[in-house]
Amino acid sequence: MPDCLARDFLMPDAPMGAVLLLDNTGSCDSPLTQLQQVADMQGLDDLRLRFIGAVASAADEAALEEIRLAALGKKGEVSLMMRELGRMAPEERQTAGPALNALKDELDAALRARKAAMADAALHERLQAEWLDVSLPGRPRRMGTIHPVSQVMDELTAIFADMGFAVAEGPQVESDWFNFDALNIPAEHPARQEHDTFFLHRDAADPRPPHVLRTHTSPVQIRAMQAQGAPIRVIAPGRVYRMDMDQTHTPMFHQVEGLAIDRDLSMANLKWVLEEFCRAFFEVDHVELRFRASHFPFTEPSAEVDIRCSWQGGQLKIGEGDSWMEILGSGMVHPKVLAAAGVDPDKWQGFAFGLGIDRIAMLKYGIPDLRAFFESDLRWLKHYGFAALDMPTLPGGLSR
Amino acid sequence: MKFTLSWLKDHLETTASLPEILHALTDLGHEVEDVSDPVATLGAFRICQVIEAAPHPNADRLRLCRVATYPDGPEGAMQEVQVVCGAPNARTGLVGVFAPVGTHVPGTGVDLKPGVIRGVESNGMLCSEREMELSDDHDGIIDLPQDAPLGQRFIDYAGLNDPMIYIKITPNRPDALGVHGIARDLAARGLGTLKTAPRATVPGQFPCPISVTIAPELKDKGCPLFAGRLIRGVKNGPSPVWLQKRLRAIGLRPISALVDITNFFTFDQNRPLHVFDADKVQGGLRIHPAKGDETLLALDGKTYALAAGMMVISDDAGPESLAGIMGGEVSGCSDDTVNVFLESAYWDPITTATTGRALKINSDARYRFERGVDPEYTLPGLEAATQMILDLCGGTPSDVVMDGTVPNTTRAYRLDTQRVQSLVGMEIADATQRQTLQALGFTLNGNMASPPSWRPDILGEADLVEEVARIASLENLVGRPLPRPTPGVPRAILTPMQRRERSARRMLAGLGYNECITYSFIDGETSELFGGGSDAVRLENPISSEMTHLRPDLLGGLIQAAVRNQARGAMDLALFEVGPAFDGGEPGEQHMQAAGLLAGAAAGRDPFGSRRMVDLYDAKADAEAVLTAMGAPSRTQIGRGAPAWWHPGRSGQIMLGPKVVLATFGEIHPKILRAMDLKGPAVAFSIFPENVPLPKTRSATRPALSQSGLQAVERDFAFVLDHRVEAQVLVNAAQGADKSLIESVRVFDEFTGPRAEEQMGAGKKSIAITVRLQPQTQTLTDQDIQAVSAQIIAKVTKATGGALRS
Repeated sequence: MPDCLARDFLMPDAPMGAVLLLDNTGSCDSPLTQLQQVADMQGLDDLRLRFIGAVASAADEAALEEIRLAALGKKGEVSLMMRELGRMAPEERQTAGPALNALKDELDAALRARKAAMADAALHERLQAEWLDVSLPGRPRRMGTIHPVSQVMDELTAIFADMGFAVAEGPQVESDWFNFDALNIPAEHPARQEHDTFFLHRDAADPRPPHVLRTHTSPVQIRAMQAQGAPIRVIAPGRVYRMDMDQTHTPMFHQVEGLAIDRDLSMANLKWVLEEFCRAFFEVDHVELRFRASHFPFTEPSAEVDIRCSWQGGQLKIGEGDSWMEILGSGMVHPKVLAAAGVDPDKWQGFAFGLGIDRIAMLKYGIPDLRAFFESDLRWLKHYGFAALDMPTLPGGLSR
Repeated sequence: MKFTLSWLKDHLETTASLPEILHALTDLGHEVEDVSDPVATLGAFRICQVIEAAPHPNADRLRLCRVATYPDGPEGAMQEVQVVCGAPNARTGLVGVFAPVGTHVPGTGVDLKPGVIRGVESNGMLCSEREMELSDDHDGIIDLPQDAPLGQRFIDYAGLNDPMIYIKITPNRPDALGVHGIARDLAARGLGTLKTAPRATVPGQFPCPISVTIAPELKDKGCPLFAGRLIRGVKNGPSPVWLQKRLRAIGLRPISALVDITNFFTFDQNRPLHVFDADKVQGGLRIHPAKGDETLLALDGKTYALAAGMMVISDDAGPESLAGIMGGEVSGCSDDTVNVFLESAYWDPITTATTGRALKINSDARYRFERGVDPEYTLPGLEAATQMILDLCGGTPSDVVMDGTVPNTTRAYRLDTQRVQSLVGMEIADATQRQTLQALGFTLNGNMASPPSWRPDILGEADLVEEVARIASLENLVGRPLPRPTPGVPRAILTPMQRRERSARRMLAGLGYNECITYSFIDGETSELFGGGSDAVRLENPISSEMTHLRPDLLGGLIQAAVRNQARGAMDLALFEVGPAFDGGEPGEQHMQAAGLLAGAAAGRDPFGSRRMVDLYDAKADAEAVLTAMGAPSRTQIGRGAPAWWHPGRSGQIMLGPKVVLATFGEIHPKILRAMDLKGPAVAFSIFPENVPLPKTRSATRPALSQSGLQAVERDFAFVLDHRVEAQVLVNAAQGADKSLIESVRVFDEFTGPRAEEQMGAGKKSIAITVRLQPQTQTLTDQDIQAVSAQIIAKVTKATGGALRS
């Protein structure tokens, strides 16, 4: 170490015969004696051993500071000897200078190292005492949830947006014209009775037929076409109302309507759109749909659509198996409906479909009871709800 | 609509199997809801004979029978089987019914297995009627005549082999409410040939003594045609077995030959008829609108009060029948009826439906007339039914009497075969399209197709398309891609409002609220608590007393949800809903709300003592967070004057200018908590997303960020104020002291309450603010800071009447 420290040392010139006045070095020899000892290197080694030894055995930082002052303080032994260097003969100085500087550096380093070690030890001791029960719970933070209906609406939006459908909306109180007449369900049509319609109170003085709570999202078709004309592609998700309440019915539920009008759309396009929708929504590689002729006043031809599936141990699997499950109604928009919405049926044609949002949510997520959707039982909301940041996107996956 | 396979085969010559027929029905639009096939359930039960019945060696009540069975039918080999039987009538020589091992016995629900009964082997079962679910008879095993053909399936022997099919009929297809119409669809599909009985007239033997007249005002609309005839000298009584079996199979109770015949035509041809006991009819029959003071005892045993305008058939004594809906009890036929008047009329759908709905009578006749029966079959139906009455009950028919004429339903629509293919998206040859329509009874004249009289639903070209597509089978549809309207990356589609709703939902869930969806309707009492409950939003036909009014506000439903959860023990709640609230009963009188409700503690109990009860400032912070998420401006004012359901002193409104309310927040009024039984504390907010202004620019570019390199300085000030001075006044005043220099003013302390008053005087409080000064051009000197401080103090004291706290 001294060799190493001395290697690059440049001895500054010091005046010969400089006198060291000492009054504080206590236990040590007089400077003059020391200087003589410097001259013979044996003395310097002793000094070194003494101080290094003291550093090693110092009990605390205060003891270290004392040692520093005794060696390197203004009146420390090493400092005083360095002041004497100037009085030495140049040839003496050439050996003594580097030696003293090396000693000073070495002591300095030893003091710092010892001090750091003491601090480490003290920190270690403190950390040993600083123990917390990390198994205690963290500070409580409430985690909210998104209702499955909202989540599924966002899923529908993501899928249909990718196919160029916008999201349309309409009022929930509807005139009977929008809810029925415009959709080719005239006043005495038996289909009207099958709708189990809620009527709003109508003052006796008001001659208009009572307004209804919309029984389906189909009136949004009319409003969207009136507002935008053709071509058009929209979905219309939302609340609908039917006077029905039992194990599997609630007087309010959710539907999504789909509408696409263009020059030459056909039922084959409708089938493709629904296949793509089901594949994306149920997140399977393959789906098989079966169209069955049916009747809806606002579409012609009309079809109910079944999806191939299997039920095994209460588990629904879409796309495989021998069962068919009805999932939606659809068809080509009736020319009278187009005309009612101000779209020329000789120039435009297209399809519409409607399906129950609550129902497909139940199917996809294995939710057993429709009524629970609207009971707001916290246990249900937390169990079937979705995390705030689980925003469905196509690239990110709808439910994963 | 129910019918049996054999009934269908009366109208359809076919070799198609039952599964093929069922599949075609569903595919054609007649969805099969249920089918009961006796072959599947009882096909294994065959006629057998007991060769010998001997006592069981180990049981007194059991017999050990050697049974001759014929597993391959009467032609196959006899196989002797040992059966242990407990029936008292099990005896040597008995001809009965045997179920071999492996058979599912419907009456017991058990699958037969080879067994050992009291130490003796037994293979199969000699069956009782109950075990076959034919009746409740379990006194003994079935005991057949000695000549019953051994080995024959019992269902064939007993005439039970007739599958019952139950299909759903869509409202546009009244013709399919008769078996004949269903057969026609199947024939058009290619499943066989439609069998149509030749129409024959039965010559009358004498003039009909009962006259019929239609009131002139009904001839155009309610009843264009009414026909009937008297048949004298009939012998009523039970109808023949074949007819009874048919009616029973579809769930009808056989009554008497005359009534059963009318029911038969209802289901066979969709031709409801009515029979009067002619001896109970006084004078002629008149079809007329009720005056409004009549009553009628109908065949269902109930008496109906008739409203003016309801269409009835009356004789001299008064109303005898509800036209097209139900006959009257007084003039109805009984087993003693000797002279019968048979009615066949064309009742208008709307008139029938209106009366039926008003009287709440659901009958097979009403169901058919309101959907539309074939007007042209009115008279042929009368003739065919006459013939059947003569065949089954004898008698002498009169001439037919009638009033009115067969309504003309002739019309024609153009068949555009190209358009059909374009709409359906399948290749269907022109010839096939034409054949399809002809098979369904359309008449083609060039490209013009005239629908048959039994298809009132065909009202335009589009209906032709549906017929062609339906018969061609939509199962053959192959999906064809629908390209996006614009190529490339899809465009954004959500409106700003839709994005706001979505942001509000996700933000609230992020803030720890659970989303609820509560009903849009609510009870009247709760509705009134939240400023609603008017007649305009009242449902005329609510489904329950809890759902009578459209909700004026979302909080009512959320509070009810919270109460339900509290009853289940969940006391600390954060619930929200985003949805419509209703301002009136007209379409569009609704507005969007995002409402949140906090009740109980802000967090559950924890080891750190951080539990505290929710307060107004929780609600306010969350409302502000949601508004920020929706893109509301950051500079808003806090006002008072929240509606009555809020605590008057502890509620506020986040305003934009003096009029626009972005949100209301605060404590729910204690009266509401009490009325709705919610355990407080409870705070809430209602946010009105539609009131948030749209951004002025649509540019995505942000304004440049100015970051001064100069040191900002913060100075704290505490002011003594009157208790009711709002912090907002202080903050605004301080902010206004030097707008270019003061970057922000933040309240960091409020000292209020008794201790504060002790120090500062009665009615006083102290509010402390931090003012952050951000110099733009040069570093602030002490003098600068002192100058602005003095300005702040001056402004604040002037605005608030307070003083700097010394």
